[in-house]
Amino acid sequence: MGVPIKVQVNGKTYERTVEPRTLLVHFLREELGLTGTNVGCETSLCGACTVMVDGKTVKSCTQLALQADGSSVTTIEGIADGDRLSAVQEGFWEKHGLQCGYCTPGMIMAATHLLSENPKPSEAEIRAGLKGNLCRCTGYHNIVEAVKYAAAKMA
Amino acid sequence: MSGKIGSAIKRREDPALITGRGRYTDDLKLPGMLHAAIVRSPHAHARIRGIDIAAAKASPGVHGVFTAEDVNAAGLPGMVPVGWLLPELKTPPHPILASEKVNHVGDAVAVVVADERYQARDAADLVEVDYEPLPASSNPKKTTEGAQQIHDEAPNNIAFDWEIGDRAKTDAAFAAAAHTVEVDLTNNRLIPFAIEPRAVIADYDGDRGAITVHMTTQNPHVHRLLMCLASLGFPEHKVRVVAPEVGGGFGSKIHHYADETIVCLCSIKLGRPVKWTATRTETNLTDAHGRDHVTHAELALDEGGKITGLRVETWANMGAYLSTFAPAVPTYLYGTLLSGQYDIPAIHAHVVGTFTNTCPVDAYRGAGRPEATFVVERLMHLAGEATGLGPAEIRRRNFVRPDAFPYETQVALTYDSGNYEPALDRALELVGYDALVAEQAERRKDRTRPQIGIGFSNFIEACGLAPSAVVGSLGAQAGQWESADVRVHPTGTVTVYTGSSSHGQGHETTFAQIVADKLGLEVDQVEVVHGDTDKVQFGMGTYGSRSAAVGGSAIARSVEKIVEKSKRIAAHLLEASAEDIDFAGGKFTVKGSPESSLGWADVTLQAYLAHNYPDDLEPGLSATTFYDPSNFTYPFGSHICVVEVDPETGNTRLLQYVAVDDVGNVINPMIVEGQVHGGLAQGIGQALWEGTAYDEQAQLLTGSLMDYALPKIHNLPMYTLDRTVTPCPHNPLGVKGVGEAGAIASPPAVVNAVLDALQPWGVRHLDMPLHAEKVWRATQA
Repeated sequence: MGVPIKVQVNGKTYERTVEPRTLLVHFLREELGLTGTNVGCETSLCGACTVMVDGKTVKSCTQLALQADGSSVTTIEGIADGDRLSAVQEGFWEKHGLQCGYCTPGMIMAATHLLSENPKPSEAEIRAGLKGNLCRCTGYHNIVEAVKYAAAKMA
Repeated sequence: MSGKIGSAIKRREDPALITGRGRYTDDLKLPGMLHAAIVRSPHAHARIRGIDIAAAKASPGVHGVFTAEDVNAAGLPGMVPVGWLLPELKTPPHPILASEKVNHVGDAVAVVVADERYQARDAADLVEVDYEPLPASSNPKKTTEGAQQIHDEAPNNIAFDWEIGDRAKTDAAFAAAAHTVEVDLTNNRLIPFAIEPRAVIADYDGDRGAITVHMTTQNPHVHRLLMCLASLGFPEHKVRVVAPEVGGGFGSKIHHYADETIVCLCSIKLGRPVKWTATRTETNLTDAHGRDHVTHAELALDEGGKITGLRVETWANMGAYLSTFAPAVPTYLYGTLLSGQYDIPAIHAHVVGTFTNTCPVDAYRGAGRPEATFVVERLMHLAGEATGLGPAEIRRRNFVRPDAFPYETQVALTYDSGNYEPALDRALELVGYDALVAEQAERRKDRTRPQIGIGFSNFIEACGLAPSAVVGSLGAQAGQWESADVRVHPTGTVTVYTGSSSHGQGHETTFAQIVADKLGLEVDQVEVVHGDTDKVQFGMGTYGSRSAAVGGSAIARSVEKIVEKSKRIAAHLLEASAEDIDFAGGKFTVKGSPESSLGWADVTLQAYLAHNYPDDLEPGLSATTFYDPSNFTYPFGSHICVVEVDPETGNTRLLQYVAVDDVGNVINPMIVEGQVHGGLAQGIGQALWEGTAYDEQAQLLTGSLMDYALPKIHNLPMYTLDRTVTPCPHNPLGVKGVGEAGAIASPPAVVNAVLDALQPWGVRHLDMPLHAEKVWRATQA
């Protein structure tokens, strides 16, 4: 039943055989042990499972691992440069952009993608850019501040 | 890093969480672990004629399929208990797996265990349950009016009938009133919706007859106790409950759920670790919901706008079973809060708790207090209109005066402290009230334009339920203290073991700040351990905004004991008497001779060497405290919400949200503000978007995020926060609690604002959530 796939994840190439129905998020979490990417809603709405596939953000709970065959995937584990946090990660820490931390990997992925396309977003643009990601703890105020911090740091 | 009390230091929890290294329950993988899927009732109310597990058992990868028969065969008591009893409370049995009858959609019937999670789900679909559907009810009032009986033990589906206050005195106040206002309202049912679904991993060790349970819990010891007493039946010393990282709770991870013991049963039967993680639909169906009241409320006032009486009649939906703390929520956490910030001479509240064929309802962020605040603040809004005094003046005239504390309400609480008017003044100033009123008047000249609405909410919260003896006399089956074991190591660094259990609140940071501040250490010299019953002494956990006020106070008390003992050691070493030793900034000095001093680590080392040591003192330096507060704490605040309502679309836009809170002293202002922000978003969500819907057959219509609207980032504004500081007079830190404040205050602030915007259409009340269609229809009347 298994289908062979070859995927680059955080710069490392993996060749695995997967059941066709395996979701990308389960492949990452259970096959590769990359548990930073979380599952929140299973319907593409909460964004906790957001990863980047070939430079675009993807909700990995509704994409099959098979669809990532031949692609390059970046997860939260691949965002920092060794021990050096990315500006977005630093922003979330500095500005208290997280509480329980469960939505945070997805938020950081979405914010990273937003800043790659729009390095100087307004508050409204930050809010529009992150509306596919839900947080139940922070009320979003400090997430906006975190992204502003990261934009300023990267400028 | 220096982290004195009051400094906004960054959280030590965060490096793991922003890099994906945080370990939540579903992230854990034990050797040989299997996966469980739970078979749940698709019917709200049905008799079970039979269960056929043959096909599921034969499904690929399946190791076992278990039903209620297996619970009995394994010798487990198998009942989900109630942790709060009221007089004449009806407590029908709640088996962990149903065998005769299911009482809500999502009631557990069987469990399937397989090698991996997809196989378990596949096999769960093959379990054939033969149901005979019965009529079902979902409305808390209608269920008492001739609906199908749900439990034999509860005639007319009534779980309890409870009252507080003085009915005769209140009726007399109404008979003599110059003005009365009344409202019929519902407090909409909410799904707590922690983004992390509930999850359990049970690992049975047959040789020791012991079990380790990793799970999403806000209170590991309470979970262990409830399991040992009622569902699992193991002796407590044979059960270890561990909370790894927990991805939000908001109350939903306080309660003991059947699932936790069902997963234990699987591990016991199969002798291997078993994991279960809820799907989102399962969490929506089974995580205890919040609120769900139907209420009629009336306020009596004299000529001058002074309140003379408050009368409240509430039907509270308890769902299909009584969840852990459920009976307390619409009674002692609701009726007792109905005096709000006001001096009300006569109050009477009558609450009927009812069974329906819905998910059980229990504590959700605020738990009873948001429902009370909503009733009081909606009435204040209406009273401001009826008397012509307006929203600010009607409140000013009725505030409990600052010199009246301690103030005894007519509903059994004694407010220890408060000063309400400065917070209102500050909120009015921050929001720019006069200019807003002028702008509102201008817009009202043309009803086709978007209208401005200004909503007030003045709330009080009672946090840190206490003291234990009082709470016990009201029906609690648990104490309400908190524990702290503070252990100083020989080299002077410190490890704190707290019974409080963080799930996003930042205990590891703030609790370290308390110790560092009081011992003159760097925060990095203090480690905080929580969330593991094998590591930590019994503790009550994190809920009800209690962690700083009760858990923090326990730590402060332990540190006081340590300072006391270390002074005696220092006195011996410095050849002085203990009364003459000063301790400050990590240094012991003899009064009057500052050259005679010792550092903190000199003394801590001697505590463990005990070579040069007082004869009458034990070696070692640690202190355990079980801190039982003498009263609740009473945070309060004044919130003002400004909205723009577009009559063309019914859409509500939040223009400003000002929150002036008084939570007493603050340990870490960054974390305190974060708690307020989060609470506000949840309360605003309740007011505008969130609504759990059941249809006539009690089928849940909001089983996923496709149908249940959570607040999103583009729906919300930046919040304007400020604080006044009235320290709690009875705990060692002067802190009061902040976790629920935002969720308590914001629903009436938003609803009052929207109804203020709808004033030109003469709309007196609309029930939450105020989504666009509802508001638009109101403008078409």
